[in-house]
Amino acid sequence: MKRSGQPWGLARKATAIALLLVCVLLAAQLSAAAPANPAPIPNIFKPASTPADSIFILSRLVLAVTGAIFAVVFGLLAYSVAKFRKRKGDDSREPPQVYGSLQVELAWTVIPILIVLVLFLATARVIHSIQDAPKPPGTIEVVAIGHQFWWEFRYPALGVVTANELHVPVSDPSQPTPTFLTLLSADTDHSFWVPQLAGKTDLIPNHPNHTWIDPHETGLYVGQCAQYCGTQHAKMLLRVYVDSPQQFDEWIRAQKMPALTDPAANEGRQIFESTACVNCHAVSGTIADGHFGPDLTHLMSRDTIASGAAPNTHENLRLWIQTPDAIKPGSLMPAMQMSDHDIDALTNYLETLR
Amino acid sequence: MASETIALSDAAPGARSIGERLHEWVVTVDHKKLGILYILYALFFLVIGGIEATIMRIQLIAPHQHFVSPQVFNRMFTMHGTTMIFFVAMPILFGFGTYLIPLMIGARDMAFPRLNAFSFWMNAFGGLLLYFSFIGGNGLFGAGNAPDVGWFAYAPLTARAFSPGHSTDFWALALLVSGIGSIGTGVNFITTIVSMRCPGMTLGKMPLLAWLNLIMGGMVILAVSPLTAAQIMLCIDRYLGGHFFDTQAGGSAVLWMHFFWIFGHPEVYILIVPSFAFASEIIPVFSRKPIFGYPVMVAATLCIGFISFSVWAHHMFTVGMSASGNTFFTVTTMIIAVPTGIKIFNWLGTMWGGKIEFRAPMLFAVAFLFQFLIAGLTGIMLGSSPFDWQLGNSYFVVAHFHYVIVGGILFTVFGAFYYWFPKMSGRMYNEALAKWHFWLFFIGFHLTFDFMHIPGMLGMPRRIYTYEPGRGWDIWNLIVTIGVFFQGAGVLVFVFNMLWSMMKGKIAGSDPWDAWTLEWSTTSPPPDYNFETIPVVQSRRPLWDLKHPEDPDWKYE
Repeated sequence: MKRSGQPWGLARKATAIALLLVCVLLAAQLSAAAPANPAPIPNIFKPASTPADSIFILSRLVLAVTGAIFAVVFGLLAYSVAKFRKRKGDDSREPPQVYGSLQVELAWTVIPILIVLVLFLATARVIHSIQDAPKPPGTIEVVAIGHQFWWEFRYPALGVVTANELHVPVSDPSQPTPTFLTLLSADTDHSFWVPQLAGKTDLIPNHPNHTWIDPHETGLYVGQCAQYCGTQHAKMLLRVYVDSPQQFDEWIRAQKMPALTDPAANEGRQIFESTACVNCHAVSGTIADGHFGPDLTHLMSRDTIASGAAPNTHENLRLWIQTPDAIKPGSLMPAMQMSDHDIDALTNYLETLR
Repeated sequence: MASETIALSDAAPGARSIGERLHEWVVTVDHKKLGILYILYALFFLVIGGIEATIMRIQLIAPHQHFVSPQVFNRMFTMHGTTMIFFVAMPILFGFGTYLIPLMIGARDMAFPRLNAFSFWMNAFGGLLLYFSFIGGNGLFGAGNAPDVGWFAYAPLTARAFSPGHSTDFWALALLVSGIGSIGTGVNFITTIVSMRCPGMTLGKMPLLAWLNLIMGGMVILAVSPLTAAQIMLCIDRYLGGHFFDTQAGGSAVLWMHFFWIFGHPEVYILIVPSFAFASEIIPVFSRKPIFGYPVMVAATLCIGFISFSVWAHHMFTVGMSASGNTFFTVTTMIIAVPTGIKIFNWLGTMWGGKIEFRAPMLFAVAFLFQFLIAGLTGIMLGSSPFDWQLGNSYFVVAHFHYVIVGGILFTVFGAFYYWFPKMSGRMYNEALAKWHFWLFFIGFHLTFDFMHIPGMLGMPRRIYTYEPGRGWDIWNLIVTIGVFFQGAGVLVFVFNMLWSMMKGKIAGSDPWDAWTLEWSTTSPPPDYNFETIPVVQSRRPLWDLKHPEDPDWKYE
């Protein structure tokens, strides 16, 4: 019997779609297998910390089960479409009229219930293991405060305050030093999300939250705010530097030092201390004690400015002070409207804050 | 366009002027005219919402683009979401319900014709109010025009400290006004279906479309009320010194989330249940078999209706609920997959052993089955709360809910358009153009929303006006944007087909599909009074009984 053109066309299209889906999954897998580089892709399937890892293991089960369901149901659909289509030579008689079947209904009710039960139990275990994890003795405590549109990080036990670039020690599973974060917000809702380290948790004003990470490998992990928080939500980027224990101790030691005073930058310092800068920014050991903007005591120890929006270079710093909108339109940093001479002096001063 | 449409769908234009005919449409309380008004108005906003989506996708075609400013981008996604949910999806489904329910249950109109008109106009003015914000939103503050708080408008971003001017007020009032209209529609649907059925049509003999709209009506009343109340609370916060959601004064941002999602999640089912209804009418007719497992279909939908009110906090897995809270909402979310799966299997059972004819309505219905299956499965992934901590609020979730709303709801709505177009206009659409529409839209849909899942898994959050290069997101965003243009082309073909067919289409006759429900027993378009004599039915498929007196349905039901 000669087939009409259309079922073939449909079957071919269905195959094409299936192939496309496979390619998609392959591509996702491939990018997951890419080697680590200085700023790796924040891939949720390439975990580097226990919470992200537990989710990854759970996700493989969920993907396998849903994949199997898809294969079965899609197979049935494709079969019905190909097999039961009306053909050209068909008579005009109606097919047998079937109204239902209790046995079949029962089967496709009970089997899904069993599948749901399995998925639910697996999920409940992971919820508990992540949310109710105990704090081991070597825990680092950090308070993360979300601001429009930047991150403030405080280490209360260590006396360190920094912004946008979180430093944590690598955690050796035999002697864990995880980092537990208390999440607060100074204004609107935000969300802390570094996909390779943990799932996201929101920072909500008046509603303290908690999350934790224990990175197994040193390196830089990127993420960003994942809850819409206003105009510059897109450039509220997040960088987590996982240091070796020695690097971390060194970083803490350096951060605890008061700001350096370089006599060569005295003019810039005077400009800084006599303008609106001090209302929003703090530099320890000076009169600058504002808290609306990031702490600048060790500004030059950071790789980026404006919450990761631009590399921390001389030109960018200058541009940021003069016209923040060029880098991050809508950020709350005001344009300082300074003369070329003043801005150079001010930038020079900021560059001494190592 | 509107005046042409009106003139054409008017059965007897006679010698009346355009003004008289327009007046007739404005003051009408006829359910058929109101249904068409709903649909045309929703189509208009569909185009507007589509343009907003296109603007966003052009901006995101590559990293660090400057097609629009962040402020404009934020307004676009707020307006796109609000428009598509409240002023496209709901009115279009209400429109079909308003048009079809009396015809399918053998009634001459809705139970409350004036309430029907009131609901439509409230809805319509809600939409106009929202868009008036482009002109009036500035207020005295010069604070930007249209709302930019996101379609779920989380507190405290809506507080006056963070949202000066009137843009948020327009958003809240538009939803308040249209919400009152929606509640009216819900009441009207329920009353009509419960008390206006023709003789012989017991609850168990109603078409599934009536059953599903009955359930939807109940859900509208229960779900839209808290949303409407929350808008009033928001206005009290903004203008009368209330502190419900004012976190600076001890209010709770999380309270708003609960209010919004106790509406927001049932809302998804409010939209998908009428879409199920379309599929449940189209699939049997084009498979030439009765719906498989009618009582089970009704029971499954009732289950969905009930369970949908216990899943809302799965939108809030990341807000720091306790482990037991997360566990509870995981189990309810997963359980709802069971009745949903039952429905998919019953549609497959209907097709099984049939003689399927792939006319445009059936193509859209089958694509719906395929896409809704995937949407359901990604829904299970998101329901597994730890997985949601990664996927939630990322582009994965954006892809997921567009799979539901476009791949599920919009596809069945297009199917419904082609299926009932002959009844509404009296003319057939052009089948070749309809197939062009289908394939263009199908390809565009899959280019856009299949590939949109991937950047989400690679850490791309939603609602960002631009992104950093080097994160593996660029190529996927490019493909996603390309898909938009296929979808746009498909919609253009659709609009052209509708306009052309309204004028030049073949005369359809009262029953072009050889279908079985009561709307096909009257003329196309139906007269003002629907039926000359009120029909009497004996089974779920009265026209089957009429056409096959030797083998009527009522012997088996």
